Amino acid sequence: MLKMNHISKIFPGVKALDDISIEIGQGEIHGLVGENGAGKSTLMKILSGAYTLDEGEILIDGERISNTSPARMIEKGVAVIYQELMLLPHRTVAENIYLGRLPKNRFGKVDYKKMEKDAEEVLNRLNLQLDPGEVIENLSVARRQMVEIAKAMSRNAKIIVLDEPTAVLSDNELEGLFRIVKELAQKGITFIYISHRLKEIFELCTHLTIMKDGKKVESGKVEDYTTDMLISRMVGRDLTDIYPKREQSPGETVLKVTGLTRKGVFENVSFELRRGEILGIAGLAGAGRTEILRAVIGADPADAGEILLEGKPVRFKNVREAIRAGFGIVPEERKTQGLMLKQDMVYNTTIPALGRYKSRLGTLNLGMEYKETGRYVDMFHIRPGNPRTVTCHMSGGNQQKVVLAKWIAADCKILLVDEPTRGVDVGAKQEIYEILNELIARGLSIIMVSSELPELLGTCDRIMVMNEGVQTGVLDIEECSEELIMSFATK
Amino acid sequence: MAEVSKRKLFKNSLARTKSMGMFWALILICLIASVISPNFLKASNIVNVIRLVSINGIIAMGMTFVVLTGGVDLSVGAIVGVVAVSVAMMFQRNVPVILAVPAGLLIGAVLGTINGIGITKGKLAPFIMTLGSLTALQGVSLYLANGSPQNWRKSTIDFKFLGQGTLLGIPVPVYIFAAVFLLSFYVLKYTEFGRSVYAVGDSREAARLSGINTGRVEALCFVITGFLSAVSSIILISRLSVGEPTAGDGYELDALAMVYIGGCSTSGGSGSVIGTLIGAILLSVISNVLNLLGVSPFLQKVVKGLIIIGAVLLEKHGKKSKNA
Repeated sequence: MLKMNHISKIFPGVKALDDISIEIGQGEIHGLVGENGAGKSTLMKILSGAYTLDEGEILIDGERISNTSPARMIEKGVAVIYQELMLLPHRTVAENIYLGRLPKNRFGKVDYKKMEKDAEEVLNRLNLQLDPGEVIENLSVARRQMVEIAKAMSRNAKIIVLDEPTAVLSDNELEGLFRIVKELAQKGITFIYISHRLKEIFELCTHLTIMKDGKKVESGKVEDYTTDMLISRMVGRDLTDIYPKREQSPGETVLKVTGLTRKGVFENVSFELRRGEILGIAGLAGAGRTEILRAVIGADPADAGEILLEGKPVRFKNVREAIRAGFGIVPEERKTQGLMLKQDMVYNTTIPALGRYKSRLGTLNLGMEYKETGRYVDMFHIRPGNPRTVTCHMSGGNQQKVVLAKWIAADCKILLVDEPTRGVDVGAKQEIYEILNELIARGLSIIMVSSELPELLGTCDRIMVMNEGVQTGVLDIEECSEELIMSFATK
Repeated sequence: MAEVSKRKLFKNSLARTKSMGMFWALILICLIASVISPNFLKASNIVNVIRLVSINGIIAMGMTFVVLTGGVDLSVGAIVGVVAVSVAMMFQRNVPVILAVPAGLLIGAVLGTINGIGITKGKLAPFIMTLGSLTALQGVSLYLANGSPQNWRKSTIDFKFLGQGTLLGIPVPVYIFAAVFLLSFYVLKYTEFGRSVYAVGDSREAARLSGINTGRVEALCFVITGFLSAVSSIILISRLSVGEPTAGDGYELDALAMVYIGGCSTSGGSGSVIGTLIGAILLSVISNVLNLLGVSPFLQKVVKGLIIIGAVLLEKHGKKSKNA
């Protein structure tokens, strides 16, 4: 069905892909795994025609495709669905599906009726309960992904590439996506599936290919692998346990939240955070997890509730006040909320507490800033190691380390982390957990929101579970299991 | 690390502004100019080149702040007009310089504040807010001056030094321009406020979640442009001995040209006043060379336009080859 033979791609100074050959049969769901920077995305960009290949060839149904370009690959039935979806947010589902080839009447006017009817047909074929007239903006991320799949199907795509589709999905939505993918695969559509979550590879895929440093390690059937085998081959070393242990146990209560409510979002949430503790917040998407964090730090107004910080009542009017009181925030969207991507590591690390580098006249001591940032670079093994590296050139894991470094530099006391390892490869994940432990050792307290249950189970002391804005329980880690959390999350 | 030399820092800042290419272009043009016209390298001509750009250059320094936040200020030229007319009319009524000048500066700062409030509290796009104030303020100065230039020949006020005087053989406006540049450079690089300007332009949300008062930072940038427009306006009326309501028309475009040639990103977050300085001098040198060559002023406009496009193309292209 699809053959990629001896593909190489060279960027100035880097061999991004080195002699990769992959063969994928019709109706396969082929997992592509590897650490960040292994070359998965580059390979898919070659398949989609976004990059031209320097060496090698692509064959679809035995036909050699020369002069690849995005338009040509679409014509040959290749559709790539990226993590950042390519939909027009203010347009309807139907318009997005038929974008670039809207049905028109003789005078060039768009035939909306026909378009909506066609769109409905495609959606029905996929068993999707979606209104073709709905505006994309009003849909959840999961449903937008469905629209992308519908768009690919309407173009008679034969090969659909899903690039980390589940990073933003809750478990429920995940099941929906998997169901559709499996159905389509049975009808003969071929899928290439990229994900950092190995569990999904085992759940969904039939075959897989492991990549490392721009080379193919091996391909095979999913049955022949175990998680440990996959990890050791991806990383090139054994990760006995990616969740490092902590020695100390939590101390006194530093933060006490009682009856916190935001109408229509979450209600009557109460919890305590102790010194040196990681409190997890679990729940499906839309359970109100991120919103609780936002209300605590005053990013959104709370309608009711009391917050005691070290015994004193506080009510922050804005994020600035919370930061001054000792809060740090590692937001969900690293690239838009966590970092200033055009600035270097030094700027990003020192920004919340610039006052510490000021002389009496208010002049910043650039040398001191540089030195301090250099310390974090060494401490956290941030790569590349030059503190003057502009953050947009860094990998996701290293970017996240910079976001963490900035709150340590600001000497925060309570750190709120939201999906700290999203889009981060296994090796960097472990390093991030180690950094969190290091923070705990320094006497910080952490609240962590995560969609990955193994991560919560591996790092937290206690886990609070939310279900559609209602707090369903706070569980001690000893009594916890994935099944138990899920039962509380769907109660 | 603390003993990084000042020179190295300056060099680094130059490289980091991405205006390195423009810097070499400037050197190249100067070399060509000195070959074509032996007069070019004469001290008097060099001083003249910088004097000519001082008035617009001061505004461009302020504009750099606004552009770094991702905004744009179209009202600077109109503020120049309002301040020019108001100060000239105060002179007509024999208001002493020591009162009239600060009053003029205050008017500039207040007008900038109004822009800032409209943009941050009213949540208007900077383009729209300042387009509105541009139009309204043009009307204000025409109305105040009844459409005609205001001079103060009949009064006892002598106000020539700022615009026409020299110190040690160098025109006073050059000193003011240099001072504004150095101060802007210092503020952007060495103060918390300057850092916040970059942060806001890069990602408003990330800046807010890092504890920056984004609204205040953004509004302050418009106060700075308003204030510097007033500075420039006061030098202008001193030079011309007259306050024209339309004195500043088109200044916003000149200032923006300097800023963008200097390598500032239209979306904010990257650029520097060093770049803007290079952009300003580059434009002035080119018009000087064209004058020395006797090229028609109409054609000079064409050349200026092409340079704006060429400079940004060059920067884009340079960026691409670096990232690939």
